Amino acid sequence: MAGTWGRFNVAALVLGFAFLYLPIVLLVIYSFNESRLVTVWAGFSTRWYVSLLSNRGLMEAAWVTARIAFISATVATVLGTMAAVALTRYTRFRGRLLFSGMVFAPLVMPEVITGLSLLLLFVAIGLDRGFMTVTLAHITFSMCFVAVVVQSRLVSFDRSLEEAAMDLGATPMRAFFQVTLPIILPAVISGWMLAFTLSLDDLVIASFTSGPGATTLPMKIYSQVRLGVTPEINAVCTILIGVVTIGVIAASITNKRRELRRRREELLAFGS
Amino acid sequence: MRKLVPSLGRRLVIAVPYFWLLVFFLVPFFIVLKISLSQPMIAIPPYLPVFSWQDGIGGFIQKLGALSLDNYLWLAGDPLYVNAYLSSLWIAAVSTLLTLLVGYPIAYGMARAPLSIRPILLMMVILPFWTSFLIRVYAWIGILKPEGLLNQFLMLLGVIDQPLVIINTTTAVYIGIVYSYLPFMVLPLYATLEKMDYSLIEAAEDLGCTAFSAFWKITFPLSRPGIVAGCMLVFIPAVGEFVIPDLLGGSQTLMIGKTLWNEFFANRDWPVSSAVAIVLLLLLVLPIVYFQRAQARAQEKAG
Repeated sequence: MAGTWGRFNVAALVLGFAFLYLPIVLLVIYSFNESRLVTVWAGFSTRWYVSLLSNRGLMEAAWVTARIAFISATVATVLGTMAAVALTRYTRFRGRLLFSGMVFAPLVMPEVITGLSLLLLFVAIGLDRGFMTVTLAHITFSMCFVAVVVQSRLVSFDRSLEEAAMDLGATPMRAFFQVTLPIILPAVISGWMLAFTLSLDDLVIASFTSGPGATTLPMKIYSQVRLGVTPEINAVCTILIGVVTIGVIAASITNKRRELRRRREELLAFGS
Repeated sequence: MRKLVPSLGRRLVIAVPYFWLLVFFLVPFFIVLKISLSQPMIAIPPYLPVFSWQDGIGGFIQKLGALSLDNYLWLAGDPLYVNAYLSSLWIAAVSTLLTLLVGYPIAYGMARAPLSIRPILLMMVILPFWTSFLIRVYAWIGILKPEGLLNQFLMLLGVIDQPLVIINTTTAVYIGIVYSYLPFMVLPLYATLEKMDYSLIEAAEDLGCTAFSAFWKITFPLSRPGIVAGCMLVFIPAVGEFVIPDLLGGSQTLMIGKTLWNEFFANRDWPVSSAVAIVLLLLLVLPIVYFQRAQARAQEKAG
């Protein structure tokens, strides 16, 4: 299959990845620009990173955002994993159609609608807007993403392992925690990370549901971007990109190692 | 016995996420619907409540008659809103098509790549998706500005001698949407293309098909599930997109997500923004249901 198709494929991949990565690479490069003008190169400098440290508003927003992301990702992972188990294991229960609808719809729901509707809920039940409301909102939409990630792993999971454990006397609960969970753990971890980054990145839903004292980093970045492009924003963005990239790559490497080890152990156990 | 009596654990596993989604996903829509039928008021919160818990059944029926469709009539009567809906649908449709045209060759190239490098390619498509949407859109401002990097580059090459005006136009919005949503298109396409049996193409070519007609008659129809899933994943959120038209489209681009945002944050008119949201939801209900059906079918096939 070398020939023309081969060349066409390589060209498509090179151009495609250039398109995906060039803007991000340029943004990172210009965060090290000496000049205040973002698009004119005036020599290498880390001064914008230094000036970030003294920007208290930005630092506070970063701290708020990290806490919201951590709490919401953790709760969303628990709820999302439960939803995934419910969807794959229990094929028949009352209202299942509505349930699966509510799990899949938030994936494509425009953010302005989700944000507005949650805000109106919080106002209706008299919950003060702030840290708490943003966290609740983030749990709600990210648990659906977790559910989809975990579900795709559960579908290909060999149920006979779980049944064997229960035949040997384990309660369903124990079988889940000792057999199922360790096997689907990589998917649960990626679900958590996805939920964490979704919360870290969200601007629209946070803007609707946030209140005084709970300004998140994307809200801060957005209000500065509206005033113009500055190298300081490039620097914040570069740090965020760096954190997320390292996290994702580290997680995928550990997942891969776990997977290899598990396969080896299975081979040994079955003696084949 | 396990099968006959649903255990407490089983009931909890279903009930907890179910209840959460009912309270935080479904109920809010009814509140939006309710507020869209009420009158604006200068107060906190800025609307005249239609129903309240104290009314009882009698009060409920009495107030049912007092519901007003004023906000909807207002939307229908103002060409600003009608145009915003139409241009959102148009911009989303064009961008979806463009994303398909850009994404298909990438997905195809990935599916035909040597097995050993496929996981790395997959990782490279997913990675930008993890990076903030806001940051990726922001990156394009620096590129597309009149004195931005693209214009500098093109002028350096001598292709143009006047900077192109791209930022604050619909073109910039198209670029922004294609760029931001590309992974959503590539991933489902790759999933179907990877599973395809390529001996079919070889057979067609042996029987005298050209590479192009073999693609058109075999690969393309077989990849339809991926195309449908990818297009839905791009089209539906793109219709209500706010960040991209706001940062790249400037004041020129009319999109409903931006209109809703302004109605809410600038005009503080909650009833009208609720009505805008309900109409947007009605426009998207068909594609959303279609998407869910496709999702459920794929799930059954896999399970």
